[in-house]
Amino acid sequence: MGYQMSTVEFNNVISKLLLDYRILAPVCLEGKGTFSGTDLVTYGDIERIQDVVFDRKTVYSAKEAVFPPSETMFYFTEEEFKQPSVDQKGILVFARPCDINAFKRLDAIYLESGPYPDPYYLQLREKLKFVLMECDHGFKNCFCASMGTNETSDFSLLVRSEGDQIFCLINDTGFEDLISESLASNSIRKVDLQPGFVQRNKTRLQIPDKLDNSLFSHPLWQEYASRCTGCGRCNFSCPTCSCFTMQDLFYRDNPSCGERRRVWASCMIEGYTEMAGGQEVRKTQGERMRFKVMHKFSDFKKRFGFHMCVGCGRCDDVCPEYISLPRCVQKLQEIKNGGVR
Amino acid sequence: MAQNPYLPHKVKILEIKRQTKIDYTFKLESSIKPDNGQFVEVSLPKIGECPISVSDFGDGWIEMTIRRVGKVTNVLHDLKEGDHMFIRGPYGNGFPLQKYKDKHLVIAAGGTGLAPVKSVVNYFNDRLDLVKQLNLLTGFKSPEDVLFKDELEAWSKDFNVTVTVDQGNKDWTGNVGLITGYVKVMDFPNPEEVEVIVVGPPMMMKFTVQEFLKLGVPEENITVSFERKMCCGLGKCGHCKIDDTYVCLEGPVFNYTKAKELID
Ligand code: SF4
Ligand code: SF4
Ligand code: FES
Repeated sequence: MGYQMSTVEFNNVISKLLLDYRILAPVCLEGKGTFSGTDLVTYGDIERIQDVVFDRKTVYSAKEAVFPPSETMFYFTEEEFKQPSVDQKGILVFARPCDINAFKRLDAIYLESGPYPDPYYLQLREKLKFVLMECDHGFKNCFCASMGTNETSDFSLLVRSEGDQIFCLINDTGFEDLISESLASNSIRKVDLQPGFVQRNKTRLQIPDKLDNSLFSHPLWQEYASRCTGCGRCNFSCPTCSCFTMQDLFYRDNPSCGERRRVWASCMIEGYTEMAGGQEVRKTQGERMRFKVMHKFSDFKKRFGFHMCVGCGRCDDVCPEYISLPRCVQKLQEIKNGGVR
Repeated sequence: MAQNPYLPHKVKILEIKRQTKIDYTFKLESSIKPDNGQFVEVSLPKIGECPISVSDFGDGWIEMTIRRVGKVTNVLHDLKEGDHMFIRGPYGNGFPLQKYKDKHLVIAAGGTGLAPVKSVVNYFNDRLDLVKQLNLLTGFKSPEDVLFKDELEAWSKDFNVTVTVDQGNKDWTGNVGLITGYVKVMDFPNPEEVEVIVVGPPMMMKFTVQEFLKLGVPEENITVSFERKMCCGLGKCGHCKIDDTYVCLEGPVFNYTKAKELID
C-alpha cells in the first residue's frame, strides 16, 4: 500500500521506527570531503527525513551496516574470551537497488562460502531491512543496468521525497501497523505507488562471457602497473568487497587484556598476500588490478552463479588516478572479439 | 551468537624440540583429529594468528613445526613446555592417502615442506605393505637447516631416503645439490604406477614437478600442497583465493591437474 504525507508526518513515523530500529541513510557531512570545502556524502544514523540525501550517491556503500570497517571479534583477558554484545534493535538501511543487490553478494561470501555462516555478519544481517531509494536518473559512472542490478523487490519500504511531501510504499506487512496507526489521526492519503527503476545508464557494458587465464599475460594489465597507486579506495568504497584481515591489540593501561578485531582488507594494497616470512604473490599493481577485475567479473560468478560487481560505479568515482573499471572490462571484451592487441 | 568458529581454544604444550636455530617442533595436547596435510590457525592473544600445518598427530596430541619468521612465531618460540597457545581448526583438505595404495609413492619435500608431509611419511612407513615402494627425497639449504634428523635416520632404515643440501660444509658427508638433480636420475619402468607428492617453496615445486613429468609420470599422479596467506581458514577473508578456488577450503592439497590452472 502507498501513502502520501508531509515530511512532518513522516518524521513521526521515523520517530516510531527509531524505537525498534537503528536507521542508516545517506547523509551529508559538511566539509568532510576529500578536498577542502567539499562535503562527504556517506552513510550515517538519521533521526529525521530531512537528514537523508536523496539526490547524490554515497562515497562509501551501505555494507558497513553489517560489515563495519573495524569490528571487535572478541575481548581477551588472561583467562577468557568475551564476545561483544550487540544492540537488540533492528537495522533499517536506506539503499538504492544496486546496494540492496550488493548484499546478496556479501551473503554469498559470509553465509554460503565455507563450512559455517560467519556469526558476526549473520547476527547483523538478520536484523537488516531495506528502505528503497529510487534513482530517477543514473549517476556518474553507474552501470547497474548492464549488471542487471538496477531493480529489486527486496525492500520493506519505498520512500520518495518530493518537495515537502513524502511518498511511502509499504512492501512488508510487518510495517503496515505503523502507518495505519497514524492514519486515523493524521491527514495521510492513500496513493497508488510503484517503484521506478533506472533502465539505462550512460555507461553501458558488455561483459565477456569467458574470461580466463589466457588474458593474464596480456599487456593491457601493464598500463595499470604504472597508473594505479595501490591506495585501495576502489575496494573500500565497493559495496561487494568483503575481504578482511584480523588484528590483535592490547590496552596500554592494562597490557594483559586486549582484543582481536577484523578490519577491511584490500587486494589492491601491498601486503594482501604477504605471508609471515615475506613471500608474496601478485607484486605489481597490474596483477592486482587483474585479480580484482577477474573476481568481480568472472571468478565469483563461477562459484556463486552471478557477477560480484553491481555496477554502482563507486570505484571509478573514488580513484585518484581516474582508472575506470568498466573501461577495463570493455577492453577485455574488445580483446576477446579480436580487437585491441 | 551462533557457534563462533573464530574462537580459538587453549592447548597445552607437551614438548618442544629444537630442529634448527629457527625451526621448533611443538607437541600439543589436543583431541582434534586432522587429516594428513591439514592446517590449524595458531594464535597468541594480543599478538595475532597464523596458519600452521600439522606435521604429525596421534591420540590426544598434534605436532607442529614452526619456523620463526614473524610476529606470532617469534613469540611462540619463547614459550616453554607446560605453557599454552591457542588453536582453531583443523582446516583445508588432506593428502588423498587412498590414491597412493599399491603405487610406487615418491615424496619430494623442500625445506619446511617436509613438515606437512611428515605424517604421510609416518603413515606409510608404518604400513609399508600398502605401497609398492616408498621414496623420500628431501632437500635443505644447508646442513644447519635439516629438519627431523632423528626421523630421517629412522626412516632411512626402512625405506629409500635421500637427503640433500644446496650447499654443504666441511662436516657434511651427504648429498649436495638441488632435489631436481636427484629426481632426474630416478628410473620408473612404469611411470603410470608412480604417485608423487611435491611440497616446498614455489620454485622448488615448479621445477621438481617438471622433472617428474619428464620421467613420464602423468599429471594426475602428482599431488602438491600450497602455502598462502590465510587469515580465516573459513572461506571468508579472501586472502587465499586464486581464481574461483579458496586454498583454505579446497586446498592446501591439490592434484597437479588443478594446481597448474591456479595462477596467482
Ligand atoms: S567493482 Fe566498482 S562498480 Fe562494481 S560494485 Fe564494486 S565499486 Fe561498484
Ligand atoms: S582506487 Fe585507483 S589508484 Fe587506488 S587502488 Fe583502486 S585502481 Fe588503484
Ligand atoms: S583463509 Fe580466509 S578465505 Fe581462505
